[in-house]
Amino acid sequence: MTYLPAPDSETQLAIYRRMALIKANDERSRKVIRSGRLVMPYYSPRGQEVIPSAMSACLTDEDYICTIYRGTHDMLAKGVPLRDLWAELAGRVTGTCKGKGGPMHITHPRSGVMITTGIVGSSMPIANGLAWASQLKGDGRVTIAYFGDGASNIGAFHESLNLASVWKLPVIFVCQNNEWAEHTAYAKCTSVDQIAKRGAAYGMPGVHVDGNDVFAMYAAAKTAVDRARCGEGPTLIEAMTYRFHGHVFGDADGYMDKARKERAMAEDPVPRFRDHLIAAGIAGEEELVSLETEIEGLLDDAVEFALASDFPGLEELGKDVFAEDVPA
Amino acid sequence: MSARGSALAEGKSNILSSVNAALADAMREDETVLVLGEDIGDAEEGGVVGVTRGLSSEFGDHRVRTTPISEQAIVGAAIGASLAGFKPVAEIMLMNFSTVAMDMIVNHAAKLRFMSGGQTNVPIVIRTMTGTGFGSGGQHCDYLEAWFAHTAGIKVVIPSSPADAYGLMRSAIDDPDPVLFIENLPTYWNQDDAAPPGCRVPIGKANILAEGSDVTILAYARMIQEAKPALARLAEEGVSAELIDLRTIAPWDRETVLASVARTGRLLIVHEAVTPFGAGAEIAAVVNEQLFGRLKAPVRRLGGAFCPVPFSKPLETAFAPRTDDIVGAARALLQPA
Repeated sequence: MTYLPAPDSETQLAIYRRMALIKANDERSRKVIRSGRLVMPYYSPRGQEVIPSAMSACLTDEDYICTIYRGTHDMLAKGVPLRDLWAELAGRVTGTCKGKGGPMHITHPRSGVMITTGIVGSSMPIANGLAWASQLKGDGRVTIAYFGDGASNIGAFHESLNLASVWKLPVIFVCQNNEWAEHTAYAKCTSVDQIAKRGAAYGMPGVHVDGNDVFAMYAAAKTAVDRARCGEGPTLIEAMTYRFHGHVFGDADGYMDKARKERAMAEDPVPRFRDHLIAAGIAGEEELVSLETEIEGLLDDAVEFALASDFPGLEELGKDVFAEDVPA
Repeated sequence: MSARGSALAEGKSNILSSVNAALADAMREDETVLVLGEDIGDAEEGGVVGVTRGLSSEFGDHRVRTTPISEQAIVGAAIGASLAGFKPVAEIMLMNFSTVAMDMIVNHAAKLRFMSGGQTNVPIVIRTMTGTGFGSGGQHCDYLEAWFAHTAGIKVVIPSSPADAYGLMRSAIDDPDPVLFIENLPTYWNQDDAAPPGCRVPIGKANILAEGSDVTILAYARMIQEAKPALARLAEEGVSAELIDLRTIAPWDRETVLASVARTGRLLIVHEAVTPFGAGAEIAAVVNEQLFGRLKAPVRRLGGAFCPVPFSKPLETAFAPRTDDIVGAARALLQPA
């Protein structure tokens, strides 16, 4: 039997902390948008908490991620501070990007979030470049490209996997298969029953894993990260999950099968893993309530900090276009 | 084998060799400079016309990487490596092939500095070649500089001489932001004075090639070759024409152009790109805004015909402006209204 790396108790708790933060942050985002205090395009990652939480348990602050517009879970799991994140969501000068990027372009190099793209598939070509840099420097860093199942049908996916394999780059392509490419169902627009099978076409391992199962996801993540770090090249991970909400906030999701969605929500990975921690004696109810309360407090603080912050000055229109200011 | 070739006279160079020398000098001085693109390694003969010949042998395949035919992956890899501290020079073999990498160039390279609030920047150079004259038809020789100049966050340079090719390439590699570097294919081998090693030509500075008082002719790339003989013919008719090589499309040198047109009162803009919505349209608009009362005639533009580049030789020749067209247009500018 093959040895599968498993997270120890401390790691499991750290993974749960990330998952709880992502879930609470999502609920807070929806609440604040509904209240009218904040206007932003919002692509909920609810239901996909396990994937980046388990991935990040295998990464360091120095490792890079490239993520996409549905990527708040990836960012939070990698450690983007809540205040900086929320101020950016609110378009304030105290945000990660001075309010100039917004929710679809969160960048935070200190935690390794090198780019968030609003273009489907475009995290992958850039992730290759970061991984190439690590290969040249020999710094041992690993780069993760996050993307959805829809992105596996765009040219950038195919060009990127081929190049990564030819150059043996320390990059991991993590496809979060939530069954929906915007409004279109997976099977209607994808030629294979498993995206993982496409790994074989590019000479790399293609791993199909239950992305809502912490243990399976951790094992896949750890194996791929170890492989990349020791110079053995890229891996494609297809992490199966389900998107609890419509494509974008405000989308009534009439195209999603109700029974399928209800089943997915009944199997919500966050309370499921919470129950496991208690049953396995890794954490007590009180400890978890305290953790969740702490998260709510951090969110209160981040939202108020963001909304109390200033908007960027209009002179910012001419700044950061180039290194030198653009004349008005 | 050096791309500098054996036929170059002392102190002379050509654009192809000058770009090669600029890349080699930059790579020698700065180990963060990388080169990537299709067919660029010496195993592939150093590029389809040999611009990168010798680089992989001198600097190794790790710094000079031949890529698959994957333009998005090429530009993406350059962007990613630049985010981690490298200065990649990516070759997109022909300018028309940049169309399949537009997302990486326009949505990413050009915008990451702004969208990250200045936390990241993309110090890459994208080299590409183009130009009519070799009968390559509708998808291999377009001038698309205006598309990129229309995007905030990317600079566009376009040398017409060996010395400018060297100096602008060194400046482009030094630049902390993305630079699109356009090379004209048919004039790669034309000889002229070589640049002194290490010299820089500033981005955003035009070059007055000939001074004149009656009309300003503003051109770039191969159109300089067409404009030079026009000066002598106009002089025979008693017309004193000033010739400016724009050299940088974005940001273009308003100061030099406006000062010249303020003196001559007449402007003829010549480019190989099709006329409608071309770089000439923007320059003409600014000149009209700034010098309206001082113009002696409306600004005139000469550009490629508004059709795909044709294959058939007479059509291809007629597509782009020629010396005769430039003389005729300049003459028309001097006719009393």
